[in-house]
Amino acid sequence: MIRNKLNMLAAGTRKLSTVLVALLVAVTGAGVHADGHGHGPKVGFIYVGPTGDHGWTYRHDIGRQSLESELGVETTFVESVPEGADAERVIRQLVTSGHELIFTTSFGYMNPTNKVAKDFPDVKFEHATGYKRESDNVSTYSARFYEGRAVIGTIAGHMSKTGVVGYIASFPIPEVIRGINSFTLAMRKVNPDAVVRVVWVNTWYDPGKEGDAAKALIDQGADIIAQHTDSPAALQVAEDRGVYAFGQASDMSQFAPNAHLTSIVNNWDPYYIERTKAVKDGTWTQVDTWNGIREGMVSFSPYGDVVPANVRAAADAVKEGIASGAMHPFDGPFNNQAGDQVIGAGEHLDDGVLLGMDYYVEGVEGDLPG
Amino acid sequence: MIPYLEKRAGHSQTMVYISPFIALGLTLLGGIMLFSLLGKSPAQAMHAFFVAPLTSLYGWAELGVKASPLVLIGVALSIGFRAGVWNIGAEGQLTLGAICGGCVALWLYRVDSVFVLPLMMIGGILGGMFWASIPAFLKTRFNANEILTSLMLTYVALLLLSLLVHGPLRDPDGFNFPESRIFHDTASLPIILDGTRLHLGAVFALIAVGGIWLLLSKSLIGFQVKVIGQAPAAGRHAGFSVNRIIWFTLLLGGGLAGLAGMFEVSGPIGQLLPSISPGYGFTAIIVAFVGRLHPVGSLFAGLLIALSYLGGENAQITLNLPIAVTGVFQGMLLFFLLACDVLIRYRIRFKSVSGLRHG
Amino acid sequence: MVDVLIPAMITIITASTPLVYAALGEMITEKSGVLNLGVEGMMLMGAVTGFIAVTQTSSVTLGILVAMLAGAGMSLVFAALVLGLQATQVATGLALTIFGIGLSALIGQGLVGVAYEGIPKLPIPLLSDIPFIGPILFEHDILVYGSFVITVLLSWFLRKTRAGLILRAVGDSHDAAHAIGYPVIRIRCLAILFGGAMAGIAGGYLSLAYSPLWIENMSAGRGWIALALVVFATWRPGRVFFGAYLFGGITILQLHAQAMGAGVPSQVMSMLPYVATIMVLVLISRDRKKIKMNSPACIGQPFHPSS
Repeated sequence: MIRNKLNMLAAGTRKLSTVLVALLVAVTGAGVHADGHGHGPKVGFIYVGPTGDHGWTYRHDIGRQSLESELGVETTFVESVPEGADAERVIRQLVTSGHELIFTTSFGYMNPTNKVAKDFPDVKFEHATGYKRESDNVSTYSARFYEGRAVIGTIAGHMSKTGVVGYIASFPIPEVIRGINSFTLAMRKVNPDAVVRVVWVNTWYDPGKEGDAAKALIDQGADIIAQHTDSPAALQVAEDRGVYAFGQASDMSQFAPNAHLTSIVNNWDPYYIERTKAVKDGTWTQVDTWNGIREGMVSFSPYGDVVPANVRAAADAVKEGIASGAMHPFDGPFNNQAGDQVIGAGEHLDDGVLLGMDYYVEGVEGDLPG
Repeated sequence: MIPYLEKRAGHSQTMVYISPFIALGLTLLGGIMLFSLLGKSPAQAMHAFFVAPLTSLYGWAELGVKASPLVLIGVALSIGFRAGVWNIGAEGQLTLGAICGGCVALWLYRVDSVFVLPLMMIGGILGGMFWASIPAFLKTRFNANEILTSLMLTYVALLLLSLLVHGPLRDPDGFNFPESRIFHDTASLPIILDGTRLHLGAVFALIAVGGIWLLLSKSLIGFQVKVIGQAPAAGRHAGFSVNRIIWFTLLLGGGLAGLAGMFEVSGPIGQLLPSISPGYGFTAIIVAFVGRLHPVGSLFAGLLIALSYLGGENAQITLNLPIAVTGVFQGMLLFFLLACDVLIRYRIRFKSVSGLRHG
Repeated sequence: MVDVLIPAMITIITASTPLVYAALGEMITEKSGVLNLGVEGMMLMGAVTGFIAVTQTSSVTLGILVAMLAGAGMSLVFAALVLGLQATQVATGLALTIFGIGLSALIGQGLVGVAYEGIPKLPIPLLSDIPFIGPILFEHDILVYGSFVITVLLSWFLRKTRAGLILRAVGDSHDAAHAIGYPVIRIRCLAILFGGAMAGIAGGYLSLAYSPLWIENMSAGRGWIALALVVFATWRPGRVFFGAYLFGGITILQLHAQAMGAGVPSQVMSMLPYVATIMVLVLISRDRKKIKMNSPACIGQPFHPSS
């Protein structure tokens, strides 16, 4: 009886394995040959987060989508690629699968991008937010988000009654510090007594924690919340508590209809289209792009209804001033946190200094970590 | 007809080897359903996951790169799990190993010597052991449960890495960006296969598999581990020191996890970054169990799980499958692998509904 | 001072509530002798399905119910594997987390940018008028009140009810429980389902109340903290509650300290909840006997009636 069952089982297993082998053969035979049916180069993107992060990666993916619809080129993306050993392999896979232009959209991809670029001189690479261009086929691009922060800082200076603004920050990198400083300088031009309080949450997105940071800042007297993290959680808290807030990366007005003042919107679409066209036309050359309000890489959602006309006018004036070059967010004179003058009147900080900024300006409370 | 499980008299040796293939077959069937449901060609998807990553030498080498830390940590953890020591903080120990190994590399930045790399390895091992010694100490001295302490210490380690990379270990010429200098060639792991990234760490992973196999089968401490795990009372009666086993397994796991971390920064990454491991320390726990807590099993499990990651990347590139699908597919694969192990100790029988009451 | 203290306490309560739910659920699962490491995955499924239900139907009750069912559904997969097929609990739980992260992301693909105002606050009449205590304890949403009630209920259940005793018996020695005639597998299955449902509610709390939106992976590791808290609490409901509030409390206080301008690196501040949990665990772990009394001896071990 038992032996009988065993035999049956064995026979069953044999049958199953035959089926498996057949299946495997069928599967391996069916090789994938994604032949580029698009018009123009195949463009690859690697993202550090999921496309649904509502922040950084989401905006890059919007750029990719408009590239597809605008130029009809074939695009590919790989999401949630950790900034570590995996990045190099993914970039290389994008190359070997026929992509001629590859956008690597996070700082941590800088060295892998340059490494792979050396091996494939015919493929063009575009690395976001980095500074290394070790071979001719690597360009770098980034947005002058600090310009946008000067605009929202101006609004905060006008709109804050307590003179305390809360700022939710992710990690103490120059990009974030630059934003805090630009915001603070603009705010204090309007209201010289206003201060910025910063809470570092050590994450790019954790809605719960961002919301808690907003609550802590509001409890400490902040009546406006700015953020350099990705989720709309802080805006929801502001709405709930009856204070104001700014959105980050994309238009977040729907999350806080009453609290939302405006959002800085990352607008990569024009750049992606322009660079892809260049590859298509054979005019691509290495560039180091750092675009801002003027070029539209830093843009804004419409003002919230609560922003009065005079504040809109003041904010528009800053936008126009920066766009025309008449003003610079880091125009002197201003002091650092310790009260020493950083730069005198009639000058502004140059890009090199901005790139590596690692100190607070006067008006930011608390010590800079790290 | 109701299926039920009937215990076998012993382990089925046949099933030890066949059950993973049954699981793969079931995954194939499940995958066909999943991908058809998503409107993708199942054949192409399966090809993308399991075949395409291995169609080149580079692909095989990458499999080794991805699997090395998983195997290295997985075999080390399996010893602890056998003894009932729940070190789930290998990720933190890996991170400390990376920090310590990396610090040696940066400290000896200007030193051009063959001793740099061995010193980094020692640094990595000691770093991982140090981090694992905290749960060991708290467990043996204060009876504090190692599940909690090792897990909490993982978060502390990740924040420590962030603190260091955003501060003192920054590249002095790097515009204050959060990354260290790129290590010198003397501090970089030798590549064992030209034109790829397959590094010395893969060799060490294999050595670890062999070494721990020997340890388990031949050494006294290996015997003690097995006894304590299966019959703690008997172990104590035989005079085995439970505390000694706790220290031994945690230090072993921590040391190898630390070594794996050092290999990552010295090998494929080449510098210290705020994020070093995409969760190898946690995935290695699955590797250990899918490998049935056996060193050789961990080797195969590590390779298979590494392949599923490569496959996931590949499926995104060739089929535009979002990474979420990879997670679902991986979960399914693991479910089948874990479920099919039941066939080793049980056989599936069917009974008619009327016979149910004997259950 | 008081005007900072009251909102800070309220923030602590909302930050701790998801941990209370997830950890209490896992505690019951573990009491039956089963370790389910899939809390994070079950939470995410609760979060995404609850959010969909609430935004589609605008029924809060339905949202919570769906979140609960999704968590329970996930745990059913786990139960089938570890109880039905004797799969290793630790690995199956981890696999469940991977599966849940992926599946929730897949389900929630269309939800980027969808806004929801959050489930309503239900101030309790009279009680909420008490100065200081009122606003802290009695002006919350239904899920916060629920977390208070369920902590008390579970405490009572485990200590005073026959069913609670049976649950503990099954977790302490499945063979003995089986010999007496208790249906070990069925009891464990129920305990797993309860744990899943509670994790589902915890996830629902995240996407419906804590930060009412859906973003992939929004639980951000809270499932793991919940797992640690069960161990921290040595499997006692009151202590689970205490542990959740200790962790949540220190997390919030460090944010306040930063906002006040404490001159300590933020990474060190962020370490505090983890370090404090370890330190308190060390302090309360000394009494081996008491811990042994409460910890399920059979945890992690498979059971088959024929053995």
